[in-house]
Amino acid sequence: MSGTAPNPSAAREAGPGASRWRAGATAALMAVGVAVPIYAALTGDTYLVALASRILVYALAAVGLNLALGFGGMVSFGHAMYLGLGAYAVLLLGASGVTNGWLQLAILVIVVGVVAAVVGTISLRTRGIAFIMITLAFAQLFYFLFVSLKAWGGDEGMSLPQPSSFGPFTGNRTALYFALLATLAAALAGTHRLVGSRFGLVLRATRVNERRVRALGTAPLPYRLAAYVLSALLCALAGFFLANLTGFVSPAYLAWTVSGELIVMVVLGGAGTVVGPVAGAVGLLVLEEGLKALTEHWMAILGPLIVLMVVLLRNGLWSLLPGGVTNEARR
Amino acid sequence: MNIRIPRAIAIAALAALPAAAQADVKIGFLGTFSGPAAALGQDQYDGFMLAVEQNGGKLGGTAVQVVKEDDQLKPDLGVQLVQKLLEKDKVDLVTGVTFSNVMMAVAKPLAESGVLFVGSNAGPAPLAGKQCSANFFFTSFQNDNQAEVLGQYATDRKYAKMMLLAPNYQSGRDQVAGFKRFFKGGTVVAEVYAQLNQPDFSAEIAQIQAAQPDAIFAFFPGGMGVNFVKQMNQAGLLHKLPVLTVSTVDGTTLPALKDTALGVLAGAAWGPDLPNAANKAFVAAFEQKHKRIPSQYAAQGYNAALAINSALAKTGGSTADKAATRAAMRSAGFNAVVGGFKFNTNGFPIQDQHVFEVAKDAQGRVSLKTIATPLPALRDAYVGECPLK
Amino acid sequence: MSPAFLLTQVLNGVQFGLLLFLMAAGLTLVFGIMNFVNLAHGSLYMVGAYVAALTYGRTGSFALALVAAVVGVFVLGIVLDRLGFAALHRRDHLDQVLATFGVVLFANEAMRMLFGSAPLYMDAPAALSQPVVIAGFNYPAYRGAIIVAGLLVAVGLHLLIERTRLGMLIRAGASNRDMVSALGVNVGWLARLVFALGAALAGFAGAMVGPILSIQPGMGEPVLILTLVVIVVGGIGSIRGALFGALIVGIVDTLGRGVLPGLLHLVLSPSLASAAGPALASVGVYLLMAAVLAFKPDGLFPVRHS
Repeated sequence: MSGTAPNPSAAREAGPGASRWRAGATAALMAVGVAVPIYAALTGDTYLVALASRILVYALAAVGLNLALGFGGMVSFGHAMYLGLGAYAVLLLGASGVTNGWLQLAILVIVVGVVAAVVGTISLRTRGIAFIMITLAFAQLFYFLFVSLKAWGGDEGMSLPQPSSFGPFTGNRTALYFALLATLAAALAGTHRLVGSRFGLVLRATRVNERRVRALGTAPLPYRLAAYVLSALLCALAGFFLANLTGFVSPAYLAWTVSGELIVMVVLGGAGTVVGPVAGAVGLLVLEEGLKALTEHWMAILGPLIVLMVVLLRNGLWSLLPGGVTNEARR
Repeated sequence: MNIRIPRAIAIAALAALPAAAQADVKIGFLGTFSGPAAALGQDQYDGFMLAVEQNGGKLGGTAVQVVKEDDQLKPDLGVQLVQKLLEKDKVDLVTGVTFSNVMMAVAKPLAESGVLFVGSNAGPAPLAGKQCSANFFFTSFQNDNQAEVLGQYATDRKYAKMMLLAPNYQSGRDQVAGFKRFFKGGTVVAEVYAQLNQPDFSAEIAQIQAAQPDAIFAFFPGGMGVNFVKQMNQAGLLHKLPVLTVSTVDGTTLPALKDTALGVLAGAAWGPDLPNAANKAFVAAFEQKHKRIPSQYAAQGYNAALAINSALAKTGGSTADKAATRAAMRSAGFNAVVGGFKFNTNGFPIQDQHVFEVAKDAQGRVSLKTIATPLPALRDAYVGECPLK
Repeated sequence: MSPAFLLTQVLNGVQFGLLLFLMAAGLTLVFGIMNFVNLAHGSLYMVGAYVAALTYGRTGSFALALVAAVVGVFVLGIVLDRLGFAALHRRDHLDQVLATFGVVLFANEAMRMLFGSAPLYMDAPAALSQPVVIAGFNYPAYRGAIIVAGLLVAVGLHLLIERTRLGMLIRAGASNRDMVSALGVNVGWLARLVFALGAALAGFAGAMVGPILSIQPGMGEPVLILTLVVIVVGGIGSIRGALFGALIVGIVDTLGRGVLPGLLHLVLSPSLASAAGPALASVGVYLLMAAVLAFKPDGLFPVRHS
């Protein structure tokens, strides 16, 4: 879906021949995505759909974080907060009688949009490490808020009274899977268009040199804030799916380690590439499964692998494909 | 302690053995095996596997294969792993589960699957009450039990002024509620909620000194407990007033506290010195294999294996008839290491709850010594809310 | 709420703050001079605690345990810097956060493989194991020792940075690294020394908390997060900022837990107060950090960059 859209930024990519590799890889990823439930239905391995759904949830969240982190250069260490807010929206709305999935989504977009706008406005006053820390602080605030909400299960979390209602598809795991896949595809297509638009151009420029953008007569803040809010909304959407997938909501979804894992996914796949974060989410979660099968001390292997990734794979898995977009923020 | 890796391999080999001998029953073991809280899950597993090993890889006369899964203390991963155990591995039984938040997350998919579940640690209140399930059995406790016995103990000792301390989360508040349920005749002068995983307790210790209670009740699991006991000792308070604790001094923290913890009291259903024959055999076998005193988590895991053993023996090693397996489990007659043990109608245990004191054992090691049994054959407080009969 | 009680709680806050300062001083130096975000600072602290506990267990000498922890982690710092941390200095913050996050995962698991999941044993030296009575409250003598150690380190660092040639270079490096390099100073050597010095301070902090905290895998992370809060509140790269930031965070955190719930009981209904108190206390330091950064994005005591 990325090969056909007009792309003003294509000029900086190597050429049509090279970008074909990425289009091919994207198509291959999508084909695998469509094939999973068919294969599962044929072989009776229904667990595969559950595993793939969870990967898709994190892929969607990583695509969202990438908008702020990869394209906007805003290293948020608190995006798990929006994943959690999305999940809690399903619980809180469902328990108070709003079960219609579309209505839940509409309310979620408004509420998370407002929260992200406020948090973003305050956080974007800071730069560098201070931004990393203030986003962590806000995420911790919400984490402890949900831990202390006894009526909603506190730290133990709570099962959903019922899944979000989508007519005949309510609670159907295959339908949920395809909805996730479609949302992820839409998010990728949207990101692709956005990055190529004037908005994306300014956003990427602010990452490289904010002063120069200002000198050209464009105020960077609205662009950065808009990207931050959009990125938060995609994470909240992932949270909406996560709650419906597990039928359960808990403050563990907002833990700071989840924010860290989302960053690892984005960077592993390739920050600032459209499809990279999907590859990163698949890579990290499959790697975890594989290492866990090897040894209970799998973290002793995963840790050094992350270090190696940073040292050797500077532009992520996606950059291994010919096509040569380098992330200009990374000196 | 660097025997860990060979032991892990030995266990894996052991688990693989019955598989080679064509396992008839597959058991999924879900627990927390990585991260800072891994000690509890590991003990549950070691206890469970000890019983399997003692029976020659069989439970109820049937070869069993144990599929071990690590939930990393993440509820959403727990849900996914339960789906894996049920749908991919097609296990006949599920056991384990270390922490309450994972338990609450997996409760719904487990209950809906109809597969029998034997929990060996977490026992959150909702699963004993309104959300109880005919397929769930617990060989550990309902979370409040260990606090309740200390409440009764405080009543028996006629403490007039009690101060209660716990981390500010659901289990902490449940423990405080459990204590108050059985504490009669005195007053609670203060309830103090510390932050979860807080390292420094000086602010709370100053509050204890300001309130001047006759005794304190504290629930600080894992590393928090080690911090709290060490700091209480240095403030000179540990031996000045009785310190009643839950999950604070146990087999996983005593090696780090040693003599520091002498005199601290703990509420639990099991301790290494319980005099019944099954327990003596269990403790001896565990110490020989693992070179350490078993913790209550190991005992609970061992009990889970014994319960499954007895139920499978009754059904002839089959779990095909779910209702029959359920009935066999409910009437399970096995020599639990806690002495008398029965499942209540909600699947939670009816067992004696004791008070232990940290003291040296016959070999001079710091361990737990039974000093009172204030609540014999205790039933949990939520069974009335459970519709099962 | 007696004045003696308040005094004790303030003292507790100061002590906790000075403990955080030991961690923050090293981290802020590394931040300031090398622009390097080292999440593994908490792992160095953990290693310090392990080395101290093991040495104390073998030799029975607390002084030797302290020396072993400081020297051991200083050497570890040099080794880590050589092995690749130095290469990270030129990378962006994101790479640094990720790579050191990987190191944290490895360090925790390595400790678990070597020494098991269960915590290690370490007690205070006999001379400091008894409490002293201050204004009617038992105050652990060992905590007094932590206060003294924290103040000594603060004074020592002040002298080092303000009065020595090395300190002058560090100050210069913090405000303009390229200039120092242009003046013919080997910045790589300076950076390695500062990193090892920061590591040694973390090791010292780990050894000092051994007798009051649980020595176990993962013990570094709760303290690391608070330390990061301290540095950001105080102003990155500033020792003075680290000291005052640590004291502010220590006192806010301690009073939030020790005094605030009692105050709320005076003004709110009991049920509301017992619900709001702990919740407010647990988010107190994060609220503080968000407020400080919102109004002073560079922290309370920023280093002036030229």
